[in-house]
Amino acid sequence: MLPDSKVPEGPVAEKWDKHKFDIKLVNPANKRKFKVIVVGTGLAGASACATLGELGYEVEAFTFHDSPRRAHSIAAQGGINAAKNYQNDGDSVWRLFYDTVKGGDYRSREANVHRLAQVSVDIIDQATAQGVPFAREYGGLLDNRSFGGAQVSRTFYARGQTGQQLLLGAYQQMMRQVHEGKVKLHTRTEMLDLVTKDGEAVGIVTRNLVTGEIESHSAHAVVLATGGYGNVFYLSTNAMACNTTAIWRSHRKGAYFANPSFTQIHPTCIPASDEFQSKLTLMSESLRNDGRIWVPRDVDETRAAGDIPEEERYYYLEEKYPAFGNLVPRDVASRNAKTVVDQGHGVGPLKNGVYLDFADAITRDGQKAIEERYGNLFEMYERITGEDPYSVPMRIYPATHYTMGGLWVDYNLMTTVPGLYATGEANFSDHGANRLGASALMQGLADGYFVLPYTIGDYLAPKLGEDPVPTSDPAFQEVEDEVRSRTAAFLAIGGTRSPEHFHRELGKIIWEHIGMARNQVGLEKAIEEIQALRAEFWSDLRVLGNGDTLNSSLEKAGRVADFFELGELMARDALDRNESCGGHFREESQTPEGEALRKDDEFSHVSAWAWNGIDTPQTKHKEELDFVDVPLTQRSYK
Amino acid sequence: MSRTLNLELKIWRQDGPDADGRFEVYPALGIPDDASFLEMLDIVNEELIEEGRAPIEFPHDCREGICGTCGMMINGKAHGPEKGTAVCQLHMRKFNDGDAIVIEPWRARAFPVLRDLVVDRSPLDSIIEAGGYVTAPTGTAADANDTPIPKEVADSAMDAAACIGCGACVAACPNSAGQLFTAAKVWHLNSLPQGQAERYRRAENMVETMEQFFGSCTNHGECSEACPKEISQDFIAYLNRDYMKSKIKNRRLAGQS
Ligand SMILES: Cc1cc2nc3c(=O)[nH]c(=O)nc-3n(C[C@H](O)[C@H](O)[C@H](O)COP(=O)(O)OP(=O)(O)OC[C@H]3O[C@@H](n4cnc5c(N)ncnc54)[C@H](O)[C@@H]3O)c2cc1C
Ligand code: FES
Repeated sequence: MLPDSKVPEGPVAEKWDKHKFDIKLVNPANKRKFKVIVVGTGLAGASACATLGELGYEVEAFTFHDSPRRAHSIAAQGGINAAKNYQNDGDSVWRLFYDTVKGGDYRSREANVHRLAQVSVDIIDQATAQGVPFAREYGGLLDNRSFGGAQVSRTFYARGQTGQQLLLGAYQQMMRQVHEGKVKLHTRTEMLDLVTKDGEAVGIVTRNLVTGEIESHSAHAVVLATGGYGNVFYLSTNAMACNTTAIWRSHRKGAYFANPSFTQIHPTCIPASDEFQSKLTLMSESLRNDGRIWVPRDVDETRAAGDIPEEERYYYLEEKYPAFGNLVPRDVASRNAKTVVDQGHGVGPLKNGVYLDFADAITRDGQKAIEERYGNLFEMYERITGEDPYSVPMRIYPATHYTMGGLWVDYNLMTTVPGLYATGEANFSDHGANRLGASALMQGLADGYFVLPYTIGDYLAPKLGEDPVPTSDPAFQEVEDEVRSRTAAFLAIGGTRSPEHFHRELGKIIWEHIGMARNQVGLEKAIEEIQALRAEFWSDLRVLGNGDTLNSSLEKAGRVADFFELGELMARDALDRNESCGGHFREESQTPEGEALRKDDEFSHVSAWAWNGIDTPQTKHKEELDFVDVPLTQRSYK
Repeated sequence: MSRTLNLELKIWRQDGPDADGRFEVYPALGIPDDASFLEMLDIVNEELIEEGRAPIEFPHDCREGICGTCGMMINGKAHGPEKGTAVCQLHMRKFNDGDAIVIEPWRARAFPVLRDLVVDRSPLDSIIEAGGYVTAPTGTAADANDTPIPKEVADSAMDAAACIGCGACVAACPNSAGQLFTAAKVWHLNSLPQGQAERYRRAENMVETMEQFFGSCTNHGECSEACPKEISQDFIAYLNRDYMKSKIKNRRLAGQS
């Protein structure tokens, strides 16, 4: 059974304050008696380490990167939302709350989202105090922009490097705690499994990526801030090393996995150019504020973009959604791009993109203004494609970008395993079936700076006086043995195909059947194909070298093995959810105009899946969702 | 449509931190010129694995020029021939068919090789740990708009803060100095109102930690040349100024500037 979600009683706007008052506290002098493991040093992890350290907890931080500053949060470009209403355009905590629930297509928990909107304002204050150089107006005040369909300007940004600057802010605060001796940092150390005892999380087993050493670490609580699993698609905007292992191994140890099929396909990425493509690059969504999206009306068009007259261009978003135009939410923009490309209107050598055209904006505002807004993005585009977007339109196509699904957590961010927490992109909590632009950075930092540091005390307080379970305990030894034999197994297969090969093939299945549009036949086929490929993986994998050196093929093998199991669960979840909502579009469930059709009577719930062993499909548990303050309506961007 | 290239790679191979290294030569054939430099190495690695030979370990992650993980010397140049470009953003269209390319790890005493092209850059974290922050405990901040900051000041702080911490500046420097990295962080924080309280302490602590690991700066300017974010060498002058002030005027004890 799913545990209680611990959402406090009372009006939504008062829940968080009430909860903070009601939960147990650890007295300041006692905090140092508790040890907390934080896996992951991205926005969610670094902010948690810094704050827990400041509060006095003993923190051990783990990252597989060579420095905390390399976490994938660094790559976020566009910005971070906050309900500051600095632009006096009618924004408020309530509006951000409302927009986020609605944008998530009514598949998130109202109470969590309201809390997120509430603490959003503190994040901006916090980051500014740390020296995060947000963009400013000439008067010296902070600048904002409107982002991804929002009708107010609430997005704060630091050029096109907002994630970088926020992460450096959090990393620097964390390094201050390293200096103070409150945070112990383990870099190039990968968590390969969770250790539980009597049903509670008591520690982790890691592999040192330089020496190959397998080690146990114990603590009173474990926090997973390990990011998203978008790389299950092989091609995505995630960094190469992003993976699901930490949350997947924890799922196998009892943590329920919520809404795994809720993945976000971002509409503005550079299309793949060939089979060797290793990743896709995002072009910030902010480009849609000034760029116009179109394709040639004629599927046999051969002229260069600039030679195609206005009336022969199909501005499909502006035509279909006059109110929002090019600023429709991500899922709508992505699906429409797929539709026109599938119809044969695609542009570029492989006919796998649509145009994002700045010609009108350049005429209107001048090249200099456009350069100021997007200079670095234009440069990046040119570097990758060899084309100059000031003179020819960009070519874009959707790519996997973010995973709304993740470990199920209660209001305290605790998973179904007591003592195990999940924060940031690794949990499922705040974005429902679709995440709004500029709200992942907000959530990661909300979790790490302002939520977890309070809620974790509720679990720890009663444990005062208990030491962490020693790593000599059989619970640790057993997991260490499992990890050792799994590592040895990859090396022993001695087949013919690299982990990269299997990853690419798996990604094709997932993109094809669990991508932008899903249907029963395809999903059933996906399950079969994934199982067959997984069997092949375990019999024909080739990992060279050995386990006691730096061996990235070996690291990759473990990550790909977990992607196989996750991919299958994604298919099952998508199959089970016979409705369309947010990023999850079931072809069987659409309106007569071809828009997504939600089925609130049947599916107004979170699907949380419990592990039953490798050969038995997971069991689904439902958390029913109530919409009291944001009444259920079918989203319409017409 | 894209051309393909046939290349000859001469690559540094080293099995571990204590092993002896050596150059090995590999052909890279039929490389599409739309591929990135790292995708070219991916292709070579897949072939090596096929032949049962250990793939080349090289550092990389975001492949978008922002995480600072990648870095290697290409024909003697940090991050290769394209100015202001990290190697993950370098594309094969910048090369010609038949080119011979020499690839080595960052070379610096402070950055020991772990394997092949992967080095240990943790001294950069040590410099940050020594003072590359503002003491701003969570939950204590005033409203962000309480302190207006002139746009020029914020922009210049951002110019410095754009550093990705890849270490190319050190690798390119004949003295393996860490000045550009350190100066970028010092200027980012010391130029902002939020950074004033710890200004001189920060400069002093960061510089002294830097000196434990890195060589001394003799103003060659190779660092800025190699920097994928084109961080200006001018910041080093500001660093020196704040460091001198902290020492000579003993500003640190006086507290504020
Ligand atoms: C290209 C791009 C642009 C984006 N732009 C925006 C934007 O403009 N606005 C916005 O709000 N959001 C944006 N997002 C989304 C946002 O950046 C992410 O959702 C967010 O940064 C995730 O933060 P995180 O802390 O949860 O995870 P991450 O930053 O991914 O950090 C994960 C950490 O976990 C560690 N880790 C993982 N597994 C293990 C393990 N097994 N053992 C040890 N360590 C492990 C990693 O080393 C890393 O430190 C963007 C995402 C991408 C990909
Ligand atoms: S791989 Fe991230 S900067 Fe090159």
